[in-house]
Amino acid sequence: MSPVLEPVVPLSARRRSVPRWLRRATGPLALLALWQVCSATGVLSPDTLASPGTIASTAADMTRDGTLPDAMAVSVQRVAIGLALGGLVGIALALLSGLSRLGEDLIDASVQMLRSIPWVGMIPLFIIWLGIGEAPKIALIALGVAFHLYLNVYAGIRGVDTGLIEAGTALGLNRWGLVRHVVLPGALPGAMTGLRYSLATAWLALVFGETINADEGIGFLLNRAREFFQTDVIVVCLLVYAVLGLLADFVVRTLERLLLQWRPTFTGA
Amino acid sequence: MATDVHGRIGPLEKTAIGRAPAPEVDAPHTDGPASARGPRPEGARGPGGDTADQSVGAPDEGAAVAIEVAGLSRSFGGRRVIDDLHLTVRPGEFVALLGRSGCGKSTLLRVLAGLDREIEGLVRVPRARAVAFQQPRLMPWKRVWRNVLLGLPGRPDRTTAERALAEVGLTERATAWPKTLSGGEAQRASLARALVREPDLLLLDEPFGALDALTRITAQRLVADVWQRRGCAVLLVTHDVDEAVSLADRVLVMDRGVIAYETPVGLDRPRDAGDPAFTALRAELLDRLGVAAPVGPAVTAEAVTNAVSDAASDVVSDVVSDAVRKEG
Repeated sequence: MSPVLEPVVPLSARRRSVPRWLRRATGPLALLALWQVCSATGVLSPDTLASPGTIASTAADMTRDGTLPDAMAVSVQRVAIGLALGGLVGIALALLSGLSRLGEDLIDASVQMLRSIPWVGMIPLFIIWLGIGEAPKIALIALGVAFHLYLNVYAGIRGVDTGLIEAGTALGLNRWGLVRHVVLPGALPGAMTGLRYSLATAWLALVFGETINADEGIGFLLNRAREFFQTDVIVVCLLVYAVLGLLADFVVRTLERLLLQWRPTFTGA
Repeated sequence: MATDVHGRIGPLEKTAIGRAPAPEVDAPHTDGPASARGPRPEGARGPGGDTADQSVGAPDEGAAVAIEVAGLSRSFGGRRVIDDLHLTVRPGEFVALLGRSGCGKSTLLRVLAGLDREIEGLVRVPRARAVAFQQPRLMPWKRVWRNVLLGLPGRPDRTTAERALAEVGLTERATAWPKTLSGGEAQRASLARALVREPDLLLLDEPFGALDALTRITAQRLVADVWQRRGCAVLLVTHDVDEAVSLADRVLVMDRGVIAYETPVGLDRPRDAGDPAFTALRAELLDRLGVAAPVGPAVTAEAVTNAVSDAASDVVSDVVSDAVRKEG
């Protein structure tokens, strides 16, 4: 008796009625629609949360009269300066303690100790030391950034394959040559991870920092909107934070694609 | 060809120098700037090999060796991995170093490469020496041609790298990332990186160990070709007896920290692993390595040798006529 045969249907032959991206978008769009419906029917009062339509028009107004672009410029500048300062300090310390045993003994214990202090708790001290101007805001961002970069660059340096160091030595590289051609490129993946963490921290620190008596910036808009119960402005500001965060992440991804294309594990290209 | 400039690997413990024999005292000590390392003009290595360095009181034997090791010891935590080892390799000689794992052969190679300096005794090696490791150890963040040039003094240009890559048949992969190379290609790139230094001594640490059987044969042929073209001394550390016998002028067996046995390989090249003399030498070396006389190859070799020397022709003709009858 011959067995009963059945066809093995290839996956591609299965009919896909809706494209995947559309299916994925359905959930958020449905939520948005629900939100709009709740606002329109009065279930959700404008004092609790503004409707999506109101938020969109508020965002358009704020962009048109220049308040939003101005605030964004100020906030982005704070993040950039804080990132640069914190990055400089964090990377310099990581190089010192990563490259030499002496540096490690002198620096690493102190950094590890300071790291365990929640940096938000430093705000009162920063206000006493630096006043209520730009300085404490930037210092707060720099602090958050420095620790992440320090930890990841240091780990990156110490994680470089000793076989490669040995090969470099056998090829006649001197100490500086080893650092430049072997250790630093090898630490780059760690540095990029650190950069990613520190960007996330930088936005967080910005939100905290801008609650310190700010008179410009997105945090200032947020605080003022709270006083006037303008939930639409608050949501717009939160959306701006989210978009800026996404943009920063995009920049880091692009950097990684350019700088880490040699990595065997890298599959994003 | 003689090796012109010798770099001396100094023992970290100075007191140990006294243990070394006489030639060490006048060993040329040329710790010049790093720029002295790279490729040298052809004229620098005349047939006599006597440069100004060596004429300053260096004994003549010093000019005719590519490796000189005397009374070398290296301990790891009190255990002597190399124990009063002596070794001399002539310029242009291909020496294979066999040994069971843990016998100290890789340690010896690292000492000769200058990577391990916590030693006692005398070690003299050419300043122009190069190493190829078991793993290719290419810098993953440098394209192949930049890997080849890494560590060369001055500002060598890409054509220098491409010449070396052409020698190993890898020209078209010059701009590739190491991650895209196959195992054999990576190993060839590593060899090119060693060759571009125009070494007087090429140190190979089981360079074919991680390759598949077919790639390994190709790589072995490549090394044999390169060696015959370049004429540099080669020290090949391996655990593959066939590889040692097919490539080397001389095979050393290392055991308990010393060269326990050595034999010249007096076979014509290219060598045939089926040659009875080859098989006999392999059996001998396996025996020296402490591998119980294998029933397979060794017995076959003996049988073949006996058959050929005794009444081989009769046996063969009988077998052949049998076969012919069956075919018919």
